[in-house]
Amino acid sequence: MTVSAILFLLVLLAAFSYFMGRQKIHAVYQQQRQNVDTNVRSKAKFTLPKYFGYVAALWSLVPALLVLLVIEIIDEPIITTQLTDYMVQSNLNVGNNFDLYLNEIQNLDANNLADVEHAKIKVFEKLNHLNKIASTAKSVIVLALAILMTIFGLKKITVGIPARQYFEKAIEIILLLAASIAVLTTVGIVLSVLFESIRFFGEIPVVDFMFGTQWSPQTAIRADQVGSSAAFGAVPLFIGTMLISFVALTVAVPLGLMSAIFLSEYASSGFRAFAKPVLEILAGIPTVVYGFFAALTVAPFIRELGQSIGLSVASESALAAGLVMGIMIIPFVSSLADDVISAVPQAMREGSLGLGATKSETIVKVLIPAALPGIVGGVLLAASRAIGETMIVVMAAGLAANLTVNPLNAVTTVTVQIVTLLTGDQEFDSAKTLAAFALGLMLFLTTLVLNIIALHVVRKYREQYD
Amino acid sequence: MNNNTDQKTLDSMHAEHGKTVGQPFCQDAKFSTRNVDVFYADNQAIYDVSLDMGKNEVIALIGPSGCGKSTYLRCLNRMNDTIDICKVTGQLLLDGQDIYAKDQDPVLLRARVGMVFQKPNPFPKSIYDNVAYGPRIHGLTSNKAELDDLVEESLIKAGLFKEVKDRLESPGTGLSGGQQQRLCIARTIAVQPEVILMDEPASALDPIATAIIEELISELRKNYTIVIVTHSMQQAARVSQRTAYFHLGKLIEVGETNQIFTNPAHDLTEKYITGRFG
Amino acid sequence: MNITQKVQKSLKKRYLKEKIFKSMGFISVAVAFLFLLILISDITIKALPAFVQTQIVLQVDLNEQDLGITQQSNVDEIRQVDFRRVIRAALKKQFPQVKKRKQKKDLYSLVSVGAEYQLRDLVLENREILGTTQKVTFIADDDVDALIKGVIDRNDEESGRRVKDFKLKLIETLEKNGQIEKNFNWQFFSSGDSREPELAGIKGAVLGSLYTLLVTLLMTFPVAVAAAIYLEEFAPKNRMVDFIEININNLAAVPSIVFGLLGLAVFINFFELPRSAPIVGGIVLSLMTLPTIIIASRSAIKAVPPSLREAALGLGASKMQTVFHHVFPAALPGILTGTIIGMAQALGETAPLLMIGMVAFIVDIPQSVTDPATVLPIQVYLWADSPERGFLEKTSAAILVLIAFLITMNAIAIYLRKKFEKKW
Repeated sequence: MTVSAILFLLVLLAAFSYFMGRQKIHAVYQQQRQNVDTNVRSKAKFTLPKYFGYVAALWSLVPALLVLLVIEIIDEPIITTQLTDYMVQSNLNVGNNFDLYLNEIQNLDANNLADVEHAKIKVFEKLNHLNKIASTAKSVIVLALAILMTIFGLKKITVGIPARQYFEKAIEIILLLAASIAVLTTVGIVLSVLFESIRFFGEIPVVDFMFGTQWSPQTAIRADQVGSSAAFGAVPLFIGTMLISFVALTVAVPLGLMSAIFLSEYASSGFRAFAKPVLEILAGIPTVVYGFFAALTVAPFIRELGQSIGLSVASESALAAGLVMGIMIIPFVSSLADDVISAVPQAMREGSLGLGATKSETIVKVLIPAALPGIVGGVLLAASRAIGETMIVVMAAGLAANLTVNPLNAVTTVTVQIVTLLTGDQEFDSAKTLAAFALGLMLFLTTLVLNIIALHVVRKYREQYD
Repeated sequence: MNNNTDQKTLDSMHAEHGKTVGQPFCQDAKFSTRNVDVFYADNQAIYDVSLDMGKNEVIALIGPSGCGKSTYLRCLNRMNDTIDICKVTGQLLLDGQDIYAKDQDPVLLRARVGMVFQKPNPFPKSIYDNVAYGPRIHGLTSNKAELDDLVEESLIKAGLFKEVKDRLESPGTGLSGGQQQRLCIARTIAVQPEVILMDEPASALDPIATAIIEELISELRKNYTIVIVTHSMQQAARVSQRTAYFHLGKLIEVGETNQIFTNPAHDLTEKYITGRFG
Repeated sequence: MNITQKVQKSLKKRYLKEKIFKSMGFISVAVAFLFLLILISDITIKALPAFVQTQIVLQVDLNEQDLGITQQSNVDEIRQVDFRRVIRAALKKQFPQVKKRKQKKDLYSLVSVGAEYQLRDLVLENREILGTTQKVTFIADDDVDALIKGVIDRNDEESGRRVKDFKLKLIETLEKNGQIEKNFNWQFFSSGDSREPELAGIKGAVLGSLYTLLVTLLMTFPVAVAAAIYLEEFAPKNRMVDFIEININNLAAVPSIVFGLLGLAVFINFFELPRSAPIVGGIVLSLMTLPTIIIASRSAIKAVPPSLREAALGLGASKMQTVFHHVFPAALPGILTGTIIGMAQALGETAPLLMIGMVAFIVDIPQSVTDPATVLPIQVYLWADSPERGFLEKTSAAILVLIAFLITMNAIAIYLRKKFEKKW
């Protein structure tokens, strides 16, 4: 029986429990009502019968589901162990790569065993046999438990129990589990990048990765080919990432900050009502569109501009990618800046204006210094965005890992390399794909630190004026 | 109307309205306002107020909450300009010049007419920078020594110097509420204004800090015209020479402070000062 | 000099500064607007040709004997016929002077390689045309298309022109005969990806996006709502809940590509779910948008006034009843608005999907969430990378379609917000 079939039966059983449970309590209530004089309506408040139904349904569903989950997790290791024992007993030559052999067996097609060697077929049949036993055992155990629990639950519910409270507690636990998915995701991210990174650092020393200045992950296809050694020094990527992010921030921070100031302090309400949504459009355009625009319109434009004044600009210059990325981040910076500046109490503004300061003096000398922690937090968040931005750089920045800080040259970034390393047809365990995870780890840690600092600074700043 | 308008004409004009009782006008007026109406969008907040503020006098504006006394006060240095929907009509003359005239500059006006706010609002800067802020933006001093002197002098005048002289570089927000308010006063004085507007300057302070501020106000009277809005009648009685009573946006009565509190001419004033509403 | 004079003296300079400062602010906004304008118009101008398709009308002789089929032939028999021969014959008939091999190649490449399938489908649908001579409209090759649309300039030097003089003469003859038509490009909306620019369409990508979003929505909405309700209404103030909150806020700022790495390591390599499938893409995107929607839902729930809760609690409703009967319905419009905006974000996302292999070249139109598929932004990425010129206009057109979807979603969100906006 497949898992979905088991689940379907469980749901049917739960529905049955619900109706039975509700019916049971309903009947009891009817009985009670008949016993009481109809003129004297009982003032006692009853728990609605449906809650008893829910509790009964939970009884039949939850334990069975938990057991099913446990079996699903442990059945594969058990089958593998059994199979291994069998193979050892029958003295099969499995070669030196046991996992690979097992994998081959698992991928055999039952309808197409013609040219498979006899030994493999035997193991395959054993595997099928074991799978069948496991599947039957699973169905029997889970369904038996469910039926048992249904009987038990229906017996257990009586008018006396606080059914509503039980049910609500169960719902609350479900809500808590939903909230915990965020934590689970973080754990998943950490584990997945950390695990592969450790394997990577098993092959390439951490120091070589962190401080090496040579990046050329192109390993040869065959080990005996020339140039088979790859270099994994990530410094050029870090520098490239920082260079492009720096260009982006030099565009986004002043423009975003000034836009926010203009819109909140100077613009008429009519203009503001028009301008804010337009800025939001800028934020809503997919990054792949910016990438396309950067690569096909901005980069050639900058190159020609550079040529006309005698500068040699790479066709995939850091400047083009950074510029477009900067424009993309403007609305992000501007909305954060707007938030923190408007959080500065009105009294500050009035205090300054009351002394005869002009608007710009008030903004530059009072509002911005007062909002500085919030603005810094916003800039850090923007930096984290720029560092993690992928599509613009994938499309508009280069692949060659040049170690340079000249924005007119082509550089590559951490995100570009992750994409390049993982989108080819690669064997998953090669150093090349593992390197992508090591880069991912660096990216995750950097942005995490930036985010934590930024969110903390902004929160402290808000508390100050609340 | 220009600044040569005969005082008598103004008086008779006001008499026609017959709303304000007492003596709203004085001979030696620093500020004279006539027929001031204030609107917030379509709501009228001030109705036809005419009032003079004399040189070197403390005039208290009292009245129940929402009577328009703060709104009126904020007209005097055009702080209402910061609110888009606020519209002021009528005549407001400072030394005979219309402060709402087209060529009148609000920045210059506010340098001449300083303001102290209800809640102490020091800037998140050092004590020194708070006081030096005004002189710096207006370019009042030409070198650091002069600025130092001006800051010290202002802090002395505000009665704060002794308490803070050793920590001028520490943040102004670290002071106690009363000290903060005196810092704000020092900040205002540093611009050397001619008039100081105070919007309930002691309402956020404890009684001891309040007493110090009140003393300070009496001291400052020698050099400045002070207009103070207060919700405390005792305070008005203690610090002011003249008192104006506002009610629902109208100026009901103006007179010598003694007279207002002992022998009010208008029913509403009497009801208010005897605590029957407010 | 008294104070007034001193201040007055400083005023001119200060007002100049004020003016400069204000104009700097205005310029900043203007720069952002200008960029947006250039971006949109640049892409629109590049995209417009993609909505027009150049077609060539040819007189084809569907002789039953030549083809070896009759009107009674079954589908399989018809499918085996080489219709390319028929089209080539038609071209040869019209240009009998073309003899050289190279010139013949030019002649045959006037129509798209997809023309023979076009003809085959036509025959399958209308068998009665077998045995007659028919005027059939074929899709032109992308070079012809580019020339007709003026993307390739006929006045250029021959050496620098993709379409050489001989081919140009052929095309001009067809033009003179009125055999070249320009029609709305339905093909673009009704077919999947192709190596040939003139045959490529976005239907596969649109459906892929749709399936992916469907999975994302189904996964995200219930979880996000449950999490928001818990954090806003039930969560005790303790370290664990603090930790969850910090986690959510941080997750919202984690680069999207990291979610791609998670998807690759966990769902593809560990759970062995199919690569390139909308189901995995949907799961990854839902993990990515979850924090956004939780945050939006929380603020919607927070905006429900306490008086409503008190009213329900005062009647003896339990906390759970209060939340599900009163607070949640009141917050629903806000939650939906946040969800739609989160979905729009997911629709435009590219990087994490690259990681899980949705970047493969897929011709077939996906039929379910487990079929290999690609999505609109990745289609844009793939076409942008293609060297053929014909893909440039397709890329821009796909961007326009993508932006049209995004604008529609945001418009719905704004409409919802306006319609249900309550002043408590």
